[in-house]
Amino acid sequence: MTTTTTLMPYDEALERYEPVLGLETHVELGTASKMFCGCATTFGAAPNTQVCPVCLALPGALPVANEKAIESTIRIGLALNCSIASWCRFARKNYFYPDMPKNYQISQYDEPLCTDGYLDVEVDGTVVRVGIERVHLEEDTGKSTHVGGATGRIHGADYSIVDYNRAGIPLVEIVTKPIEGADRLAPEVARAYVTELRELMRALGVSDVRMEEGSLRCDVNVSLMPRGSSEWGTRTETKNVNSLRSVERAVRHEIERQAAILSEGGRIVQETRHFHEDTGTTTSGRSKEEAQDYRYFPEPDLVPIAPDPAWVAELKAALPELPSVRRKRLQQEWGVSDLDMQAMHNADAIDLVEATVAAGAPPADARKWWMGELARRANEAAVPLSDLRITPDQVARVCALVASGALNDKLARQVLEGVLEGEGTPDEVVASRGLQIVNDEGELSRIIDEVLAANADAADKVRGGKIAAVGALVGGVMKASRGKADAARARELILEKLGVSA
Amino acid sequence: MSLTRKSAAELAALMASGEVSAVEVTQAHLDRVAEVDPKINAFLHVDAEAALEQARAIDARRAAGEELGPLAGVPIAHKDVFTTIDMPTTAGSRILEGWRPPYDATVTRRLREAGLVILGKTNLDEFAMGSSTENSAYFPTRNPWDLSRVPGGSSGGSSAAVAGYVTPLSTGTDTGGSIRQPAAVTGIVGMKPTYGGSSRYGLIAFASSLDTPGPFARNVLDAALLHEAFSGHDPLDSTSIDAPVPPVVEAARHPDVAGLRVGVVKEFAGEGYQQGVLNRFHDSVELLESLGAKVVEVSCPSFTTALPAYYLIAPSECSSNLARFDAMRYGLRVGDDGTRSAEEVMALTRAAGFGPEVKRRIMLGTYALSSGYYDAYYGQAQKVRTLIARDFEAAFQQVDVLISPTTPTTAFPIGERADDPMAMYLADLCTIPANLAGNAAISVPCGLADEDGLPVGLQIMAPVLGDDRCYRVGAAVEKAFESRWNGPLLKEAPAL
Ligand SMILES: [Zn+2]
Repeated sequence: MTTTTTLMPYDEALERYEPVLGLETHVELGTASKMFCGCATTFGAAPNTQVCPVCLALPGALPVANEKAIESTIRIGLALNCSIASWCRFARKNYFYPDMPKNYQISQYDEPLCTDGYLDVEVDGTVVRVGIERVHLEEDTGKSTHVGGATGRIHGADYSIVDYNRAGIPLVEIVTKPIEGADRLAPEVARAYVTELRELMRALGVSDVRMEEGSLRCDVNVSLMPRGSSEWGTRTETKNVNSLRSVERAVRHEIERQAAILSEGGRIVQETRHFHEDTGTTTSGRSKEEAQDYRYFPEPDLVPIAPDPAWVAELKAALPELPSVRRKRLQQEWGVSDLDMQAMHNADAIDLVEATVAAGAPPADARKWWMGELARRANEAAVPLSDLRITPDQVARVCALVASGALNDKLARQVLEGVLEGEGTPDEVVASRGLQIVNDEGELSRIIDEVLAANADAADKVRGGKIAAVGALVGGVMKASRGKADAARARELILEKLGVSA
Repeated sequence: MSLTRKSAAELAALMASGEVSAVEVTQAHLDRVAEVDPKINAFLHVDAEAALEQARAIDARRAAGEELGPLAGVPIAHKDVFTTIDMPTTAGSRILEGWRPPYDATVTRRLREAGLVILGKTNLDEFAMGSSTENSAYFPTRNPWDLSRVPGGSSGGSSAAVAGYVTPLSTGTDTGGSIRQPAAVTGIVGMKPTYGGSSRYGLIAFASSLDTPGPFARNVLDAALLHEAFSGHDPLDSTSIDAPVPPVVEAARHPDVAGLRVGVVKEFAGEGYQQGVLNRFHDSVELLESLGAKVVEVSCPSFTTALPAYYLIAPSECSSNLARFDAMRYGLRVGDDGTRSAEEVMALTRAAGFGPEVKRRIMLGTYALSSGYYDAYYGQAQKVRTLIARDFEAAFQQVDVLISPTTPTTAFPIGERADDPMAMYLADLCTIPANLAGNAAISVPCGLADEDGLPVGLQIMAPVLGDDRCYRVGAAVEKAFESRWNGPLLKEAPAL
């Protein structure tokens, strides 16, 4: 981009304008087969190996709707407190694009499967109710890769290649109602909404919701209205927002960018914008002012969806515990503060802690390791906690080793390091790195004698009654044993040898 | 009598009794193809070797004592709009020239399972859009009754092949009359089953909510046998009806209309109808009365709006269905010289690959679906469709079947309507209502028009899943007329 984008500082922007948000989220369902054919949906398969006449749109091929995908969509709708349509249809959305084999997408238009619900999210201790406009079912497109050229986009590329493995994977689109009144918390509300939605999908078991693999994709709509006005401004739609952090940054950036334009008397162009992960900024994409006409009409190849109300009631009754309810329960069970719970939630640690507790660790210990040492290491490596190469079972084993006295915290950190570096299970790391606490009294006694001999001054002070000086001697023992000594036992033995009673 | 003059049922009986082999039957028909097809141009593709191979397999299975279906070894011509794994499939379009499908249509698969021997693929109006087969991108097919006239369309290759004694059976598809109208103008039997009664999987779509595969034959029983062979529920077609095939063969064997209530559609007469067509229709009415049917006049006022509604719905669906022909994955590719964008190649390919009628309908449909016009055009047409279904329902409260001429005129000369789409569209005036409502309807020969001596068809319409009524009434009409004519109408056709 040759033009520089002017931004207005966030605080100033919020003083002058009020943001209105809208979020459109696409979730790839984790069904075994595609939406309208029997092809597998495995992520990462060799290009164009999961295709058939239907998803390649060969002449004559016809779609048949995946019942499981319809069921998943209804369950999502129910979990989002939506009404479920008793009768609705798929529709064709017509436009030409090489990665869309039929040159129309089977989607839903004016008859979505689920409508009018909500999702409560918590930001800074306040519950914000985000209205859900609709939840509908559609199919994904193939994936184009543009080769050559600088941008990786179609413009300027030498040629493009298309992988149709993704074409026809069931996609659920969840559209919020306009979110007003979030005010300066708008970026956090957006992030909290997507986070909560992602957990909901996981709890329902309908998708692996991996943003980095594109199984959860988010478009963020932002508009500003001047303070005191009730008329919404022109909105932009930012695509390509592929992490929770990016959701927050994209909203923030659009607020700052739009405020700068409006304050100079400029006009917001209704357009699609692209978010850039590296700079945290958005750039202009396709203008929506010359609106594309998708010529929607009911899909004649598919019969209407008419879910039996009794079946819907059954699905509703069988919904799993929803994430917010579960968090409240776990907080009580674990006896942690709101703040600690929120911290675990933000760090995406709740599932991991829960699994660690399930593997036998005391909640406090499980939380301590995940939110302490492991969070630090994840942060260093800039990966989500769940991507660390350690399982909750392994963390629980480390907790057990500490509780039994076989490890102290310092050694435990080294065990975790060994596991993360792929050296094996905690027990294997303990063995291979020789990380047992020194329990051999003879060995400990020998080390103490050495330390006392080398630190005669300190030993004299202790003998003379300055018990506090014993700390330096214990430190010496720990150092000489490379941390493997049991510090408490070392202290006892030192005092004994110096003829001082504790 | 030559093997090619025999009906499918007769051929099947001869083969079952061992009097002739499937190879002999196939060879006789292949010889007839070689003799007659240069005159009528019914086929786009003939594969003699593959046909003989299929026939040999049937003979071997029969020799091994295997139980074979009622049509095993009988030759058939297959409309080139169904995918076939062993033969090219073009839909009559340049855009698919040379395309070899990697899969068989459900209808194709069922023909093979029934042991039918596929001689080749028949000509059609491009993407089944037309009423004369003149819109084929390859060549027009000629009517065996008069080689200067059209054999109807879009399934004109299939109707000409059956009428020309090249094959006893053929397949067709009927979207607005594309089976019944060609059957009528070539003097044979053509049936449009209930929508959803026969699978569309592997049928290259023209208008998805209307397209219906169906049979052609020289007599009602043969048509019923073929109907039964390829129809029935198909899980690969979501609009396929999950119900048993109506007892069509049984009905064709019971040509009895005594006490049956027959409704004459009042709206299908008058201006635009050839007098000879109306005369033969009146003969049919009298014939049915003489057979004990109770004939009454029934009004279906919405039927007069069926044609305009059809010319909004069918083009709308086709504009979307044909979007997949974009040069990206199969078929023709024009202008891909390494400098042009995908979008440019798509546009050039579609401009070169589609004929004028296809382009006309894509444009009509694109317009009708556009935002701002949708309600006035597509939306309104759907309402008309509902009204037509209601008119049918009301009529079937009073009568068991409805009858009308199949088409307002006899076969017209090649070229006469080629530049007049409206005149061409009128050929489907009487057949379209059954497509819009999804009903079953058949055309059976009812005589020759006085003016031109060309065949006239009688259309018999029945309720959804009432296909057997079409065959029962059709068989009764056929039997009575043939006894009056001392044989089938086709014996009046000139020898080829
Ligand atoms: Zn597939």
